[in-house]
Amino acid sequence: MTVKDIFETMEYGPAPENAADAFAWLVDQGDRFGHFINGAFTPPKDSFTSKNPANGETLATLSQGTQDDVDFAVSAARKAQPKWEKLGGHGRAKYLYAIARLLQKHARLLAVLETLDNGKPIRESRDIDIPQAQRHFYFHAGMAQLMSSELPDRAALGVCGQIVPWNFPLLMLAWKIAPALAMGNTVVLKPAEYTSLTALAFADICRQAGLPAGVVNIVTGDGATGELIVNHTDIDKIAFTGSTDVGRKIRRATAGSGRALTLELGGKSPYIVFEDADIDSAIEGLVDAIWFNQGQVCCAGSRLLVQEGIAERFYTKLRARMDGLRLGNPLDKCIDVGAIVDPVQLQTITEMVASNSDGHTYAAAVDMPVEGCFYPPTLITGLAPSSRLMQEEIFGPVLVATTFRTPAEAVQLANNTRYGLAASVWTENVNLALDIAPQLVAGVVWVNATNLFDAAAGFGGMRESGFGREGGWEGLAAYTKPVSPNKPLARIDGFKGDKGPQDPLDRTPKLYIAGKQARPDGGYSKQVYSKSGALLGQAPIANRKDVRNAVEAAHAAKSWSKTTGHLRAQILYYIAENLSARGDEFANRINALTGARNGRKEVDSSIERLFSAAAWADKYDGQVHNVPIRGVAMAMREPVGVIGALCPDESPLLGLISVMAPAIAMGNRVILAASEPFPLAATDFYQVLETSDVPAGVVNILTGSHGELAPTLASHLDIDAVWSFSSTDLSSEIENASAGNLKRTWVNRGKARDWAVDHSRSFLEAATEVKNIWVPYGE
Amino acid sequence: MQSATVTPTDHQLPQTLEPRNPGMALDLDWVRRAQANTSAIERRAKTLPGRRSVKKDYQAAWMLKAITCIDLTTLSGDDTEGRVRRLCAKARQPVSADILAKLGMPNLTTGAVCVYHDMVPTAVHALAGTGIPVAAVSTGFPAGLSPFHLRVAEIGESVTAGAEEIDIVITRRHVLQGNWQALYDEMKAFREACGNAHVKAILATGELGTLRNVARASLVCMMAGADFIKTSTGKESVNATLPVSLVMIRAIRDYYDRTGFRVGYKPAGGISKAKDAVTYLALMKDELGDRWLQPDLFRFGASSLLGDLERQLDHHVGGAYSASYRHALA
Repeated sequence: MTVKDIFETMEYGPAPENAADAFAWLVDQGDRFGHFINGAFTPPKDSFTSKNPANGETLATLSQGTQDDVDFAVSAARKAQPKWEKLGGHGRAKYLYAIARLLQKHARLLAVLETLDNGKPIRESRDIDIPQAQRHFYFHAGMAQLMSSELPDRAALGVCGQIVPWNFPLLMLAWKIAPALAMGNTVVLKPAEYTSLTALAFADICRQAGLPAGVVNIVTGDGATGELIVNHTDIDKIAFTGSTDVGRKIRRATAGSGRALTLELGGKSPYIVFEDADIDSAIEGLVDAIWFNQGQVCCAGSRLLVQEGIAERFYTKLRARMDGLRLGNPLDKCIDVGAIVDPVQLQTITEMVASNSDGHTYAAAVDMPVEGCFYPPTLITGLAPSSRLMQEEIFGPVLVATTFRTPAEAVQLANNTRYGLAASVWTENVNLALDIAPQLVAGVVWVNATNLFDAAAGFGGMRESGFGREGGWEGLAAYTKPVSPNKPLARIDGFKGDKGPQDPLDRTPKLYIAGKQARPDGGYSKQVYSKSGALLGQAPIANRKDVRNAVEAAHAAKSWSKTTGHLRAQILYYIAENLSARGDEFANRINALTGARNGRKEVDSSIERLFSAAAWADKYDGQVHNVPIRGVAMAMREPVGVIGALCPDESPLLGLISVMAPAIAMGNRVILAASEPFPLAATDFYQVLETSDVPAGVVNILTGSHGELAPTLASHLDIDAVWSFSSTDLSSEIENASAGNLKRTWVNRGKARDWAVDHSRSFLEAATEVKNIWVPYGE
Repeated sequence: MQSATVTPTDHQLPQTLEPRNPGMALDLDWVRRAQANTSAIERRAKTLPGRRSVKKDYQAAWMLKAITCIDLTTLSGDDTEGRVRRLCAKARQPVSADILAKLGMPNLTTGAVCVYHDMVPTAVHALAGTGIPVAAVSTGFPAGLSPFHLRVAEIGESVTAGAEEIDIVITRRHVLQGNWQALYDEMKAFREACGNAHVKAILATGELGTLRNVARASLVCMMAGADFIKTSTGKESVNATLPVSLVMIRAIRDYYDRTGFRVGYKPAGGISKAKDAVTYLALMKDELGDRWLQPDLFRFGASSLLGDLERQLDHHVGGAYSASYRHALA
């Protein structure tokens, strides 16, 4: 075309980024890669190829990590770890800073490599992926620097096995490696088999930074290699980002192993548009929500909810906007939507959309490339929540939509999902926005925005979107542990006896469910004897139906989560007051149950714990993160929800209260399985609850066998977290059964905790989830 | 619906190719419903230059297009007839003939010449036979606070003097006080005074306080019959910006969707680099479509932009970066 022709048509024309330097780098590496272990590349094995999805061309051949490779990498990491940790925060900060600088120096090479390997538009890798990766290393250089002063009671976990997905290869690597290294861990990281090249380039950068050998190890390979890492017994922590199905498998595989775990999984994030929103901006937001990275984004705003009155106009405008998207060669600087990562993923997307017959499907009227893995931006309107595509993650450029009538219905529809990763809310009404955001079950909420990320704000999900946060202060918990180790906890059995009761007047302890004393569904009770063999009474044996009833009661009490910290504090003080009034009675009961003489001390400590929890109820604040936008990212601490807890056996009252008080102080509702050998302090305690204005269902108390209650609690799909401090080590069963809805677990792994010490901080942290609400502002 | 006669001399006027926007009754519901979320708009504006890029011949063609959309402007207290004649000469030959010949685009001119009323006769004379219209800023430009009847009369004077385009300024007070009816009435009176001359409404966006006000004022002016809406006088401390442009062209799109009439857009002030001009063209193309890339619906109000475009075209043709003294002054 001549200049004159173009002058008439005003087409954009090709604007390709030059890939010569990236290809030259690949040639310099021989186009063949081994693993990066102990500071050097292993000989390449040519197991599989990495292809450019935009044209199918082979970029390099890669090696499949074997057991020997993973063993080698883990032992290198293990060997390097103590020295790396001992280097100190400042010492590590210098290396992280050097890596950040090197990521900047090689920014364009990394961006082009990423686009070649993944198919994402060069604009995104150049303007988002690579700068964000740099930012993570800068930010965590600071965290390393501050660790000794700000986290004095935390220590590194050790060796971390990290598995990252193919959608943001280098950025996810940065999210994983930067905090791990900052806190003194060493890592074995496996990139996704489709997209390993930038991880290997990163290995090169580690060498340029002079990073000690073994601190970062990169092992390439597919899911089989990932399994080798997950199952490796000398790894202390697994961090995984990927699909919910694989996350569930990893949860089961690591159950009971003692390996820490964080999972960042799938999503079906709602994108809510109220009728008073800036509609054009909300539509432009969708471009960044669902057509960013071809929709292959775990937090993609993939579920559009529009208020009825504006829906048709919104859809019409949206379709017009979709037609303006430019799809094609990802290396073209004038492209909005690039290639799907692999033919396999393209087929999955194609089949999912083809299998749907509900609603109305609109594919953008855009020019499609003749070759390569491409899928047109697609909008499916008129779906009902029951449509499969409204529930299941497509992980492609496909937006599904439905309408709502009221703000309450918007929340209801938004939360009608197994996932809980992210959400967007569009309205010009600040009252509405700040009312809706906390009600959404999501780890991240964007107000009048979408897909904003920063190292200073934690990212991570609720429900089956996983657990743990990446970024911010909250993300450091995933890479540290308390300094002091716990001693082993021996199993405590109840006393046996054959004597009768000391007092013939019978008392009938019951379960405490929904604010009422309830007989056990099974109709069985267990004799409880004193050390001397005297019968102290019968404790009911709760079964799965009692658990079911307690969970229902806990959910019915959901308004507890919305009460003020001030009110919860008052109730906790009141419980303490009423417990104090019956202090002697409880002291005697505890002494009778345990055969020890510290009953009075336990009662006093219990009252102190109640006071601690009351004190924290209105003081365990969130944060406002310093993110680089004109706006705020509010890290709000929200209650986890319904928590099932197996209470400590050894301290029948103090243990229960140490668990209960911080949990309800944060607005959770709890189902407490009382001390198994010494249950009668708990059954006395519900009388205290009854007189202390605790709303029905907030605290439910069960007695019986921990071993029998644990699987029901852990597998119950409507419980959000399960904790175990039982002297029966149920860690493995609980972690395994929790995989069903990926509930948060906190288990003692057979280790003791000194209940005479106030552990409120740990409990508060476990009792809350951080939700980051991003509110850009400006008029 | 009014439509002017098409003559070879007014090919760059909006009404020659499109039915003129007749306006409509003031729809206050629509005006008050208009929203503009500043942060979201700024994000879109910020990412646009990174999303769109034109290279080589495409870049040259786009830069040439930008030249045809320039309202080559002088609005200074020290303007003289000689200065205006020089400007007009530049409008007729905006780029040296040899560069245009190499690009296969001879006879390229700017979109219009924009001057104060006193300079209209000089400009009309200097541009006779070229097809380049003369635009006059009017209605007490730039503040628009002279007596209303004089402002209306000023339009008539300029039209009589041969101005085919009138750039009016609105009373910012009406916007700041939410007095949409007053703004509508004022704009309608200006439009009537223009007769067949085509009217651009200058919103002086830098003085409207919020983007939401920009959106609402844009709608009201279109409802009252503006042929073009224009950002600025060039005299405010903040002139054309990409966020303001987004708001105004989205209002134009809504107005077109609702009425079927295309209203033109003119960012003015602060656009001085070829790269910025290309970004503005991309913004128009992406948000409004190709139809809005022609000088009858899109103009730059600029004085120094042409110099940079010329240098970049020289670079395109010759392969070496150019110096400004190699190109003829305006």
